[in-house]
Formats: sequence, structure tokens, C-alpha cells
Amino acid sequence: MSPHFEPISARYLHLELLGRPHRVYVEEAGQGIPLLCLHTAGSDTRQFRGLMNDQRITANFRVLAFDMPWHGKSSPPAGWQDAEYQLTSSDYMRMILEVSDALELDNPVAMGCSIGGRIVLHLAHEHPERFRALIGLESAAHTDAYYDLSWLHRPDVHGGMVCAGVISGLVAPAAPAVHRWETLWHYMQSGPGVFKGDLNFYMIDGDIRDRVDKIDIKRCPLFLLTGEYDYSCTSEGTLDVARRTGASATIMQGLGHFPMSENPEKFISYLLPVLDKIRVL
Amino acid sequence: MIDKIAGLVNADTKLVRRGRFVNTTFMIAIDDSYTLLRVEEGRVTKVAPGPFITPDYSFCLRASRDVWEKFWEPLPPLGYTDIFALVKQKLMRVEGDLHPFMTNLLYFKDVIAAPRQGAKR
Repeated sequence: MSPHFEPISARYLHLELLGRPHRVYVEEAGQGIPLLCLHTAGSDTRQFRGLMNDQRITANFRVLAFDMPWHGKSSPPAGWQDAEYQLTSSDYMRMILEVSDALELDNPVAMGCSIGGRIVLHLAHEHPERFRALIGLESAAHTDAYYDLSWLHRPDVHGGMVCAGVISGLVAPAAPAVHRWETLWHYMQSGPGVFKGDLNFYMIDGDIRDRVDKIDIKRCPLFLLTGEYDYSCTSEGTLDVARRTGASATIMQGLGHFPMSENPEKFISYLLPVLDKIRVL
Repeated sequence: MIDKIAGLVNADTKLVRRGRFVNTTFMIAIDDSYTLLRVEEGRVTKVAPGPFITPDYSFCLRASRDVWEKFWEPLPPLGYTDIFALVKQKLMRVEGDLHPFMTNLLYFKDVIAAPRQGAKR
């Protein structure tokens, strides 16, 4: 293999986020319509490496992704050592809007997976005017906890290994091994208690079942893509949101809960038709 | 299928390495049929079929025969590919002292799924 650089550029953005100074890691590639990508709980922007390296996408879209505070290469805010990290719906929404403003994105598309797929439903409900379109990956109105979350953050269990172990089965069986283990590696690198803190939003605070019917897709088109092997955000959960909102929904064959990371090529074959629709909106 | 686990695990040097710090006895319950599996340094050293009067083990994975048979298919049907998929659907219970299990999830998931032959996750 000859040495080469990927067409991804990265910078650290300093901004006031949720009223506090933050240092946030931002990656981007391509040009055109801003496509702001939101990673899953306990992971980071590397999940979107496949998209940012695909010219079919970057020819028409400026693909951006940021590591949420506490995640990836973004720092936690000063004083983090004395508090428990817990993501809430209002903080998560505000964070996305404030980052989008700081990056001066003009009428962006937001695409999120898992917790990101949930928050796009909140954005569709509360801030549809801010986005050209919203794409929910592995998006459902609610997910009940199906294991004791306290296992994810305690000193006698390796946090990285238990987080990867908990989510490993959400990767579809046919995912290429290199991408399966890369996806798990991101989880193994997550900071202590971060995945657990994100799940406070995913399994408790972010329940939007009582407001899904109020989402108006005429104000902001909503597209849903869910992997058939996802048992956390199930196909049924996604199709229920589609039925209640009129959003377009596709169940992706052979994919699981981390489509863009576990099998980028296969996922992109499902994403491109959606992006084609968004280009002509 | 359980009788295959020891041979498959012990022949898989990468899996044995992943479990090199595991020393415990756990139970697999298929309907009312119980089996104890002893693990020492990542190797399955003893497989003891029940019944037992006073079984001594750390954790137990309990499901119906129908569920286990689907779980052990080379490519299981949707919803049967992972222990947590079954737990979420209330098709499997994980009981007892979960510490050895949760601490070594990536090891135990492949040990339990070993009968699928070559299916690694």
C-alpha cells in the first residue's frame, strides 16, 4: 500500500456550549449541502469514516461530524471529575444547535444514529425550521433498558471491555471483521461512565413516544433507516415512528445498530438514494 | 450441542487467550436440563450434566430448548443472534453472580455461541 492521506480535515472548535467553555473536535470532508453527523452513545466521529471517504457523498455534501463533549477527542468541561455525566434531551438538542451555529451551517441536514437517531426525532418535533432534512439511523421513540446499566461504570469491571461486550451483538453477523472490531474498539476507548451517561438519554430521559404524533414532516422531511439486526432500536420501533409521522422508512438488510461503521459500503448503498432526494428538496 | 463446547473452545487458541483470566463454573439451563461448565484460564475443563442437588456455580443462562436450538444455528434467525437480544425479548434469563460474565462478555459470548461453528463475534 502506498502512503496516502484521507480527504478528511479536522480541527478543534472552542465555543460556549451549554453555558460553559468547551473544546470540541470536528471533522469534515466534501463540499455542498452541510450534512451534520451525530455518533452513537459512547462512541465518536470515527464511525463516519466511510462516508467521509466516499466521493459519491462528498461531491455534493459537506460531511461534518463532531465528538460530543466527553467523547473521542473532545474534552469534558473543566470540573468534570466532580460530577456524573448524564446526557439529557434538552442538553443534547441545545448542543447540536449551538455547534451548528458555531460552524455557521446554512440549512444543514442532520443525520444521527442510535442516540443520534433519537435526537433527530426531538429536533423534528421542536426545531424543524433549523434543518433542510433529518435522517434517523436506528431511530425509535423509546428503548427500555434490558440490562443493569450500573455494570457499565464500576471500578471492578473494565469499562471499555464491558461497553464493547454489551453492544457487540448489535453488529450484524455479516459485517466485515475489520469494521466489526473497529466499531468495538471505539467503544473500548470510551471514557469511564460516558456510555452509561449517554444511555440516560437513550433509555430514560429521551422517551418521545408521547410526542411523535406531533412531528410535522411537511416542516422538515424525515428519513428513517434501520438495520434489520438491530434489537435495541428495532425495525418495529422505526416503522411505528414512520406510521405515526408519515416519514420515509427503510429496513436495511444485513445491517445492525451501527450501519455506517460496521459495514460502510453496504450502508452507503442505502444512504445514497436518500441523499439524492434531499438534494432536490 | 453443549458437549461440543469444550472441544471447540479449547481448540480456539485466540478465544482461550481472550479468556485467560477466567476461572469460574457456570450453568446452562435448557428447559429443566442443567449442565455445569468449569472454565480454567480460558479453557473449558469440565462439562458436568445434571441433575444436581446442590449445584455450585457463579451464573446461569436459562432458556427453552427451542430458543437454544435457534441460537445455535450457524446463522441464527433475527432476534436470536446474541444473548442480549434474547434477554431483551425475555427469551433468556441470566441469573446469579453476573460479575464473571459481565467482566468477560466478549469471551463468554463466543464460548456460548461456539456450537455455531466458525461464527465469531
